[in-house]
Amino acid sequence: MDLNFTEADQKFRAEVVDFVKKNLPAEIADKVKNGKHLSKDDHMRWQQALGRKGWLVVSWPKKHGGPGWTATQKYIFDNVCAEMNCPPIIPFGTKMVGPVIYTFGNDEQKQRFLPGIRESTVWWCQGYSEPGSGSDLASLKTRAVREGDHYIVNGSKTWTTLGQYADWIFCLVRTDVNAKQQEGISFLLIDMKSPGVTVQPIIMADGGHEVNSVFFTDVKVPAENLIGKEGEGWTYAKFLLANERSGIAAVPQSKRGVESLKRIAASEQQDGKPLIQDGAFRDKIADLEIQLQALEFTELRILSSEAAGGAPGPEVSFLKIRGSEIQQRITELAVEAVGYYANPYLPGLLWQGSNEEPVGPAYATTAAPRYFNVRKTSIYGGSNEIQKNIIAKMVLGL
Amino acid sequence: MDLSLNDDQNMLKDSVERFVREQYAFETRRKNAATSLGWLEGNWAKFAELGWLGIPFSEEAGGLGWGMVETSVVMEQFGRGLVLEPYLPTVLLGGETIARGGSKAQKEAILPSLIEGKTQLALAYFEKQARYNLADVATTAKKDGSGYVISGQKGVVFNGPSADQIIVAARTSGGQRDAKGITLFLVAKDAKGLSRRDYPTQDALRASELTFDKVSVGADAVVGKVDDGLSLLEEIIDRATVAVCAEAVGCMDALNAATHEYIKTRKQFGVPIGKFQVLQHRMVDMFTHAQESRSMVLMATLKIDDSDPAVRRKAASAAKVQIGKSGRFVGQGAVQLHGGMGVTDELNVSHYFKRLTMIDSIFGNHQFHLTRYGQIMAEAA
Repeated sequence: MDLNFTEADQKFRAEVVDFVKKNLPAEIADKVKNGKHLSKDDHMRWQQALGRKGWLVVSWPKKHGGPGWTATQKYIFDNVCAEMNCPPIIPFGTKMVGPVIYTFGNDEQKQRFLPGIRESTVWWCQGYSEPGSGSDLASLKTRAVREGDHYIVNGSKTWTTLGQYADWIFCLVRTDVNAKQQEGISFLLIDMKSPGVTVQPIIMADGGHEVNSVFFTDVKVPAENLIGKEGEGWTYAKFLLANERSGIAAVPQSKRGVESLKRIAASEQQDGKPLIQDGAFRDKIADLEIQLQALEFTELRILSSEAAGGAPGPEVSFLKIRGSEIQQRITELAVEAVGYYANPYLPGLLWQGSNEEPVGPAYATTAAPRYFNVRKTSIYGGSNEIQKNIIAKMVLGL
Repeated sequence: MDLSLNDDQNMLKDSVERFVREQYAFETRRKNAATSLGWLEGNWAKFAELGWLGIPFSEEAGGLGWGMVETSVVMEQFGRGLVLEPYLPTVLLGGETIARGGSKAQKEAILPSLIEGKTQLALAYFEKQARYNLADVATTAKKDGSGYVISGQKGVVFNGPSADQIIVAARTSGGQRDAKGITLFLVAKDAKGLSRRDYPTQDALRASELTFDKVSVGADAVVGKVDDGLSLLEEIIDRATVAVCAEAVGCMDALNAATHEYIKTRKQFGVPIGKFQVLQHRMVDMFTHAQESRSMVLMATLKIDDSDPAVRRKAASAAKVQIGKSGRFVGQGAVQLHGGMGVTDELNVSHYFKRLTMIDSIFGNHQFHLTRYGQIMAEAA
């Protein structure tokens, strides 16, 4: 057992730092640092730079274009990227549909879809949840009926994150209404430009446009876009959800969040002294940092068992629970720290990238919107209540 | 002991409740919040007509001569509707400052007109370095002949955009955080040297940053005693604290009612989600928080007029601690139990949650009031 990085790891770290320095535009890093809204173009510029280097799909096997990194290297990469304010990698292609395609898709599908994900030239979004199917995902109703060499799709999906930018959507659809609930589901790839697909924005509590409803009206989808076998979509969906949950702990992002919280607390004044010198507030940050360490070392333990050949099990559910709670606590304390200046709402600065002067300190602009926004983390990707059910059943056998 | 409302108070409650029900449908509120004023003049005229603008003011001034109980009754119902009209800044901050500290001439000039709905006020007490310390005042008022010249900046002044007159706390003597040496001044909105930056708030209210660049006022602009403004300011803020706590109770009740309804009707896995014990227990905890909050607002409402300022301060702080913690618990719980819908702008749930969050951030958050309560407690020990 050794907590220190090897010389080779340190060399790797230096290489990542050097790459980020040379390839991440300063204005994008600045947006990430200050929690500002990133445009589609911001995401694409960064992901394409990573793609050119072969560093975008870091968890993929080498034969599908992954870099073949060790768990330690992935850990180093994620941490450097967070420390240096790189945009988060949009997971829908890289972490979700990509692995489904190379695991369950046919050769033609691999050749057709994987390059666009690896190089970030195609934007994917996720068609899982429906208005009536949230935690109970298997009750989904979007219908796909086979007609010759096509499926005709009707129904709607919701909470489609960044669907407004998407070229393609991967969907869970019901192909058999007579089969048992889970057995009638198939996994279908749909071109967002297909006639009959409409995207309608959902405005979030913070005022931002991040998620959408997607409607399908008699959308004609070539049968060759079906992944694996008809009726086995639920197996692929579960495979994908397990991947989704693994990165969801967001430890590197939370580390950056805690550092930013400390900077805010050092800058805010209370009776002429920095707020971080206030015992009560300092204790809260210290407590949060300790919680984050517990999460980080739990994730490292799981990573190291994975590296030793163990598969990630249902325990990834508690990474999601604790990861989301810690993300939420960071923003809660940021709102406390900025005091009155949590109040001003400046949509121009937040969403339109305007150059207006902030009201109060610059970091205060995003404090409350971030707090409102990250309430989603204990809801999405399987709500924390569902995650606890999974642990109770699968880990504890209750 | 009798902790129930009397007939007049019940009538007041019914009438505010009816107003909210009839005028504050959620989509109407959204439309009104988006107007350039951010609230409805017609509603304000109705407040005047119904006498609500005169609740805390003496009959001599044209008011109803009522007190904190009636104010809390109104504010709780306003919380249920997320009312946008600037009752808090005009009546409870500005108006109360004049009523409790103003000269006879100031009262005559302002209160009748306020009660008729013709004058809007704001209280400018916060500065960016001050956090929640009311004594931390860097804005100065220098003696100039018989009058004063005010210079400095004030932040997050609620109702700044609509206020005809602004009451500003400035330092006439002493160091930046001295309790002694703060004086309150009445400044007209169009005074030379006063500039504003207006903006909306997270919870759809309006506020301003104010800059006083050598603003000249006469000696008659002083509200209360020179150098002795802090005790008046503290009293006003303590009373307003209890008022927003009452408003928060209305927000919590509305959230609990909406959540209760939702978990009974939203079905997943073939049953209403309210059948799941883990959600039942969370809902029970939310309900308990709302009950305790209501109790603490009642306590503070009844103790706010105590002749001992320490009793008043402790009561306001205790209520604000309770509301800060409970507002967070109920707000977060309501969002969580509504699932994805809870984090959308479309549903009113997120709007109550935002108001509860902002209520904690003003007049001292739960942490500030916990410390303040502890200090008063320790001093007496």
